[in-house]
Amino acid sequence: MSILIDAETTFIVQGITGREAVNLTRECLDYGSGAKVVGGVTPGRLGRDVHGVPVFDTVAQAVEHHGAPIDGSVVTVPPAFTKDAVFEAIENGVKLIVIVTERIPRRDVAEMVELAALRGARIIGPNCLGIIVPDVIKMGGIGGPAKNAAQAYTPGPIGVISRSGGMTTEMSSTLSAAGLGQSTAVSIGGDAIIGSSYAELMPLFEADAQTEGIVIYTEPGGRMEAELAGWVTEHSSRLPVVAFMAGRFMDEMPGMSFGHAGTIVEGKEDTASEKIARLAQAGISVAERIEDIPEMIRSKISERSRAGGVSA
Amino acid sequence: MRAEATFIAVEVDDAIAADPETARRLTEACPVDIYAQDGDGRLELVESNLDECVLCRLCLDATPSGAVKVIKLYDGGAVLA
Amino acid sequence: MRFFEFEAREIVKRAGIPVTDFGFATSREAAKEAAERIGGSVVIKSQVLTGGRMKAGGVKFADTPEEAAAHAEDILALEIGGHMPRGVLVDPKAEVEQEYYAGVVWDGLRKQPVMLFSDMGGIDIEQVAEEHPDHVGRGHFSTLLPVSDFQAKQVIAQTGVSGSPLNRITPILTRLARLFLEHDLTLAEINPLGRLKDGSFVALDAHMDIENEARGRHAKLLADLGVGPEETRQAREATPFELAGEEVDATDHRGVAGNVTEFDGNLGLVIGAGGGSLTLFDAVRAHGGKPANYCEIGGNPSVAKTCGLAKLVLGKPGVEQIAVMMSIVSNTRVDIVARGVIKACLELGFDPSEKIAIFRIPGAWEEEGFKILEKYGVDYADRSVSLNEAARRAVEKIQGVAA
Repeated sequence: MSILIDAETTFIVQGITGREAVNLTRECLDYGSGAKVVGGVTPGRLGRDVHGVPVFDTVAQAVEHHGAPIDGSVVTVPPAFTKDAVFEAIENGVKLIVIVTERIPRRDVAEMVELAALRGARIIGPNCLGIIVPDVIKMGGIGGPAKNAAQAYTPGPIGVISRSGGMTTEMSSTLSAAGLGQSTAVSIGGDAIIGSSYAELMPLFEADAQTEGIVIYTEPGGRMEAELAGWVTEHSSRLPVVAFMAGRFMDEMPGMSFGHAGTIVEGKEDTASEKIARLAQAGISVAERIEDIPEMIRSKISERSRAGGVSA
Repeated sequence: MRAEATFIAVEVDDAIAADPETARRLTEACPVDIYAQDGDGRLELVESNLDECVLCRLCLDATPSGAVKVIKLYDGGAVLA
Repeated sequence: MRFFEFEAREIVKRAGIPVTDFGFATSREAAKEAAERIGGSVVIKSQVLTGGRMKAGGVKFADTPEEAAAHAEDILALEIGGHMPRGVLVDPKAEVEQEYYAGVVWDGLRKQPVMLFSDMGGIDIEQVAEEHPDHVGRGHFSTLLPVSDFQAKQVIAQTGVSGSPLNRITPILTRLARLFLEHDLTLAEINPLGRLKDGSFVALDAHMDIENEARGRHAKLLADLGVGPEETRQAREATPFELAGEEVDATDHRGVAGNVTEFDGNLGLVIGAGGGSLTLFDAVRAHGGKPANYCEIGGNPSVAKTCGLAKLVLGKPGVEQIAVMMSIVSNTRVDIVARGVIKACLELGFDPSEKIAIFRIPGAWEEEGFKILEKYGVDYADRSVSLNEAARRAVEKIQGVAA
């Protein structure tokens, strides 16, 4: 199985006529069993089509045309219009929204996340590449053209969560080369506020029988790793976690600390070395090099299955 | 006519280049502006954009077969087919 | 982007929060005039975007306009933490009974803004939170619902403040929370918030940061405050090399080739994308390499843009070789980057096979890219060579060259 999406997931692309969105649509249609992209939305472009996907002025039109609720939306509109597009999707019953757009002010992100919470919807991103279930479906630009995505991602037992879109592919490719495929890989975005953090995706992986271990990519800044460490400890997670931390050099650079009020909210947990210590306390191993990840996660998985006597 | 940069050369049949309609189609098709039209509508090759060629073949699709040649200078002069 | 104190105070004032009758001066004469207008004792405060100005002698008290003028002259010429002041603030010396703290920041985990309050103002809130946690009140608030007074009241009451101060501070904290959202701030602090002898409250100092991504929609406010669009106010001023990097990135709209930070090593880096750049920079250093720069390429930049960035790095004094490395690309094209960096070498009269220590970019269009690299004899690696291994090879090579 997978988390968030599967072969049956229907979605639309908001901003579908943009240059990158056209490519992304093609990629999703071509990948795996072919994504069910049931429509695209660009205001003023009703009646056009993009690679055979009908274009509408509004999300409501897309839903009406589809004749049933639409599961998801990939949002690729410019930052000034993103909040409105996401509100439109949520208010039209869409439950999973992947926001690709970068450079959205925090206030807008907070508003989108708050509305999503009120309506029982989930946001992935912003500033992310989306979700991929190897050989089945991808939702977003993750992995690039179908041919390239197929080179890097293979089906298997590892859940991948990454704050960097590019590194999602690099890490998955390394896992694949070592014979460790992925159940689902999620690019969650690197901004200060994002729709879904590591800890918020963990329960989904925890409930997914295919997933046996988690690999994450992290960077300095924020408290999301501390939150993950807390979650893993509190829930006695069955899933071993290996983390890779980039940006260690930033610890030695000036101007990186939040200082003052930021620190008392964000805590003193956001430098690379503090995060590594925090993760280690929760039993999460931190890899020095990406090529070490496969062996580390493999041995942790076999340790667990020996200790628990349960083999997945 | 032919123009050449470091990685890419483009050759266009002279008769084709003189036709303003073909020149217009090439100018519209190319995503990196390798083709342009002079005051009389005749085709011009923009040398500074040649190396930006993304090998998309749109110029080949816009013209009769063999009229436009995109040459990969880094690949022993292989012609994009 | 951080606001100067005089700007932050102006923002506070516009929101209806009481401030002192302060003046801003950039000359000795203007400071004297301001002191004359205010009358009585004044405080002269350096306007710099760095902490520790009190310690550095950037805050001085004056009893007469002449004294104010003399202090202003000294402070205007005083560099603090590498920054020259923008001007001085001339502030009436207030008779303060008690100092409080009021602030608003984002909480990334809760994904909401949070109000902060303390009855122990005038010092770092960080310190108060550590030593007297019961004197810090906090409360998250919605970005969708209007900010309401009761929310501020609850936060203030947590610290045990009651009576007239509670009722007087409540609208101040509410307004601060509203202006935090309205202006897309990432930090809004009044510290200290002073209670005067007559029981009224006044903002005695304010700190504010506006989110860079949102500057566009606050053009009027910024124009009113005299902040130009070119003013970025980074913690460290951009070097000419870094500014040249920004220029390269602005040459066309295709992709990113910039975000350059200057270091003083001998190995130039043309690396990407965001996460890949961080990973590669770490790896180069872990192998004992000395990077000449940090940068990010991604989003499928044009040949010209990649070439521009590579030329900038290659032309930096002290750079012996460059390493061109990225995590597996799916949008950026291997062949386009290969053309760009080789072109840069050729245009500067270098042999690409000598100047490019390693090229490790696997992914989209790699077959074409590898053909280009082979033609010019550049050492390249595919995805079977890890980012770490590629960095090691680059460092080894440049150390061989240097030796």
